[in-house]
Amino acid sequence: MRSLTRVFALAIASLLAWPLQAQTPRYGGELVFPVPSEPPSYDGHREETFGLIHPIAPFYNTLLRVDPFDKGGTKPAPSLAESWTTSSDGKTYTFKLHKGVKFHDGSEMTSKDVKASYDKIIFPPPGVGSTRKGQYADVVAVEAPDPYTVVFRLKHPSGSFIASLLSPYNFIYKAEILAKDPHWYETHIMGTGPFIFVEHVKGSHVVGKKNPNYWDKGKPYLDGFRAVFMRDSAAQVAAVRGERAQIQFRGFTPAARDDLVKALGNKITVQESPWDCILLVAINHKKKPFDDPRVRRALTLALDRYEGSKALSRIAIVKEVAGVQVPGTPFATPPDELAKLAGYWHDAEKSRAEARRLLKEAGVPEGFSFTFMNRGIPMPYEPLGVWMIDQWRKVGLNVTQRVIEPAAYFGSLRKGEHEVAMDFQCGYIVEPDLDMYKFLSSSRNPANYGYYEDPVLDKLYDQQSQATNVDERKKLIREFEKRVLDEQAHYLMTLQWHRIIPHSSRVHGWTITPSHYLNNTLDTVWLSP
Amino acid sequence: MGYYILKRLLAMIPTLLGVAVLIFLLLRVIPGDVVEARYLTQGSQFQSQDLMDQERQKLGLDKPLWKQFTAWMGGLAHLDFGLSMWTSAPITEEIKLRFALSLQLALMASTIATCLAIPLGILAAIKQDTWIDYAVRVFTIAGLATPSFWLGTLMILGMLIIFKWVPPMVFTPIWVNPWDNLALLIWPALAVGYRYCAVGTRMMRSTMLEVLREDYIRTARAKGLWLKLILTRHALKNAILPVLTVISMEFAFLLGGLVVTEQVFNLNGLGMLFVEAISHRDYTLTQALVMLVATFFLVINFAVDIAYAWLDPRIHYR
Repeated sequence: MRSLTRVFALAIASLLAWPLQAQTPRYGGELVFPVPSEPPSYDGHREETFGLIHPIAPFYNTLLRVDPFDKGGTKPAPSLAESWTTSSDGKTYTFKLHKGVKFHDGSEMTSKDVKASYDKIIFPPPGVGSTRKGQYADVVAVEAPDPYTVVFRLKHPSGSFIASLLSPYNFIYKAEILAKDPHWYETHIMGTGPFIFVEHVKGSHVVGKKNPNYWDKGKPYLDGFRAVFMRDSAAQVAAVRGERAQIQFRGFTPAARDDLVKALGNKITVQESPWDCILLVAINHKKKPFDDPRVRRALTLALDRYEGSKALSRIAIVKEVAGVQVPGTPFATPPDELAKLAGYWHDAEKSRAEARRLLKEAGVPEGFSFTFMNRGIPMPYEPLGVWMIDQWRKVGLNVTQRVIEPAAYFGSLRKGEHEVAMDFQCGYIVEPDLDMYKFLSSSRNPANYGYYEDPVLDKLYDQQSQATNVDERKKLIREFEKRVLDEQAHYLMTLQWHRIIPHSSRVHGWTITPSHYLNNTLDTVWLSP
Repeated sequence: MGYYILKRLLAMIPTLLGVAVLIFLLLRVIPGDVVEARYLTQGSQFQSQDLMDQERQKLGLDKPLWKQFTAWMGGLAHLDFGLSMWTSAPITEEIKLRFALSLQLALMASTIATCLAIPLGILAAIKQDTWIDYAVRVFTIAGLATPSFWLGTLMILGMLIIFKWVPPMVFTPIWVNPWDNLALLIWPALAVGYRYCAVGTRMMRSTMLEVLREDYIRTARAKGLWLKLILTRHALKNAILPVLTVISMEFAFLLGGLVVTEQVFNLNGLGMLFVEAISHRDYTLTQALVMLVATFFLVINFAVDIAYAWLDPRIHYR
């Protein structure tokens, strides 16, 4: 009897311990993943495509990173900087670096390398491209007072400065190399990251192998990775379904997810999240009658976003009804508050009646025609375009869609000849400064294809950007959102994209975030047998 | 004959020059350029006109068109194709990587097409209006009606569902790992080869039927020659000439034209490179690819004409 009890207790203990054992990272294995786009160069400071991040980020570290296990994708975590402090006036940020971090060539990484990398980003020398320079316009200087300290001095306090350092593109390069040739990193790879570059066969794949001298002891767990360039989404799904690849880090459609779940059962795990990408409608204020806020409000009131979400989330990579921030993130408007804005009322009939009334008041006749310009990419431009045209028809508007080939699309938008057009925004991190920059006056942001000037909006943006108190910042963001989406209806938000990552159940240590640019260093990822 | 060969070679120059002018102008007419494709398409909000102007200057896009054209032609004259505007890598490097795969695929597909087309075409001709002929005709009509990329998609799905297997994702040269190489390329070769086999079979059948009705064939039969001898020694040589033309032209097309098939099978070939070069507005790469394919067509066309003279002694070139 006693022995039976002992066996029983042992069995219970094993069952309780099993989840812990299953979660203990296992060393070994090669992670294979398709990447839908290939980077034109290796320089993170210059490029904007996720096609760079997915295969190249594992070779580098950044000063700070987003906590790889934070599903919201906003929580800062140490990386090369082990800690940081902010001065009482909010204008000076001091970072203490890890000691003993080595580049892949064996040399030590120190503060001069961080300074040189950030100088290249913020104050690029002539002839050197830096795509995110504008994001650091408030930085006065970057200093390296000692080998393990970096100091950033700002013009004024900023609520978003730490978030701006979380950019996955801000690879830390070697100062000595940058001094000799600032273009070197466009065609070469040499960082401090968990993986060492092995090869890049153009058009085919990138291979990395484990860095045995990685500064974060015990990591990485993988022996290596292979990023395979695959443009066709059906081929990517087939690769995961055929178990040639374990994960694709951008996202699949709902149909692909369902197909994989049906085919692979418990061999596949699905992670989903709202996505920090959204299609917006740019209404050209220079074209009549769209210079009238009543007409613009009518366009947003006509859209029943809640029903649209239910239907479109089944066939497209869209789902959440959102304001200027991704739902569920720290500065996102709560749904009940969002429902007070024009275009977000739950009563669709009341909303459409108001739209018709506004159009009539503005002198827009029943059956008024205009052209909606859309980008020639099937997902999700096509379903969203069709949905919106149908919704506008319900308030008596006759809309013709004109589809422009992707490479020429933004050039067409910049010409300002459109009436109403689809615009798009993807952020590397959910941060109001990044996500709301789009809506600033055209004189401040040339990527504002609504072509309007709104000093009130600009002031609200600056105020929230400099607010260090979270509640105050939220209040300012709410005011900003109300003005841009409701009162003036400068831009229309469609539906937030929805990120779906079905991956092999063998993949562990990777958490989905709203951004497909984050969490690609692969240092925490491991494979079970 | 020597004079003819020289004449043909010289005639290629104005043809290629015409192609060069056409492609140069056509690319500049299409809206957008490589700088817009690079900096405006990713949804970033921090666009800098200065950065874009700087990039355009670096790539020479701010120069007058005639200067850009003469610079390019000057490079071509020295067989210097320049650098890709998208990757800044030498164009020869970009093309070399993909050429091996495209060439192997074209050779495999053409071999499959030829090995099937000739015997099937002959069989259908000699067994005209029998069930064998009908079976071959159904086979060829299905091949003509079926897009190769669709057939490729079906193949992949079939292998996935039935065998739970997909081909390798990455190209390995045949001398490195023949098994992986063939495991990747046999399927697109079959998908593409089937279609071209259909074209070749119908042509072979049609020309063979024509030749078999000739007087000299009737004479040969009357003399009591075996059918096999009649076919191989008399009929085939005359019937095969148009088939040779068709298969050769298809081979030239295969080198850069299999865009969708390459996408379906995830092949890093010239077709995909072509599409990417155009969507990136990579003028230098697109121009180089067009010139390469145009040269292939001209050379293969020329080779076929010379082969005609060898196959048919009645043909003399002056």
